[in-house]
Amino acid sequence: MAGNRVSYTLDSTLESVNTAETTAEQMAAKAGFEDDDQHRISMAVREAAVNAVLHGNAYDPNKKMRVSFENNGESLIITIADEGKGLHEEDIPDPLSPENLLKQSGRGIFLIRSFMDEVRFRVLEPGTEVTLVKHFRGEPASATEATT
Amino acid sequence: MSMKASTRQVDGVTVVDLSGRITLGEGSVVLRDMVRDLIGKGERKILLNLGDVTYIDSSGIGELVSAFTTVRNQGGELKLLKLTKKVHDLLQITKLYTVFDVKDDEAAAIGSFKK
Repeated sequence: MAGNRVSYTLDSTLESVNTAETTAEQMAAKAGFEDDDQHRISMAVREAAVNAVLHGNAYDPNKKMRVSFENNGESLIITIADEGKGLHEEDIPDPLSPENLLKQSGRGIFLIRSFMDEVRFRVLEPGTEVTLVKHFRGEPASATEATT
Repeated sequence: MSMKASTRQVDGVTVVDLSGRITLGEGSVVLRDMVRDLIGKGERKILLNLGDVTYIDSSGIGELVSAFTTVRNQGGELKLLKLTKKVHDLLQITKLYTVFDVKDDEAAAIGSFKK
C-alpha cells in the first residue's frame, strides 16, 4: 500500500533537528535505500531542519517546525515547514563562487540540492516549506505501514 | 555521539585528534573553542586529525573553514589529516578539498609544515 504519510510537529530546538535527522535515517532505511543514500537523505533533512529552526523560527518557542515523511512507492518525500519570515530562493548565494568559498555559512541548501533528486521551496504565510524528494532506484523495500 | 577533542605535540606541530560529530551546537563549538585556545597560546602549526569524525554537517564545514582562515590570518598553517570517505566527499562537492591541505599519513603531514 503506497501513499502512507507520517507527520510531526516539533519545537524550534536543536533536539528537534536531531529528531528529524534520526527519523529520516530510519525512514530511508525502511524504504530500502542503501547506506550512502540513507546518509544523504538524513543529512539533507538535518540541513533543512536547521534552516527551519535556526534561520526560520530563530529558536522561537512559540513557533513550530512541521516535518512529514511520505513513501508513495516511487519516492520518499519529506516536507519541512517553519513559521519564520520566509526564505526566497533568489536570495541564496552560490557557496561555490570564489567570493563565497571561504565563508563560514551558506552551504546548507547547496548540500540539500546535492543530496536529493528534487528540492522545492514554497513561501507560506508565514514561513517556508521545503519539499525534498528522493526517488527509489530499484524496487522499494517497503511502501506500507507508517511508523509513529 | 557528540565530538571529543584532544591535543598532542609532535615535532612542533599541534595535532588535534577529533572524534564523533562536528555539527551545529555540538562539535562546532568544541572545535571553535579549541582552535581559539590554541591560537591564544601561540600555536601556529595545527593538524586536525579527522580520522574518527563520523559526521560533519554544513555548520561543521563552516567551522573547519573558519579555523583554516583564523590560523592563516595569524600567519600559521592548518592542515587536515585522515578524512573519512563521507567527509572527503563533502569537501569535494563544496570545492573545499583543494582549499585545505589534506594528508593521509601523519608523519608526512607533520613534515610538510614550514620549519
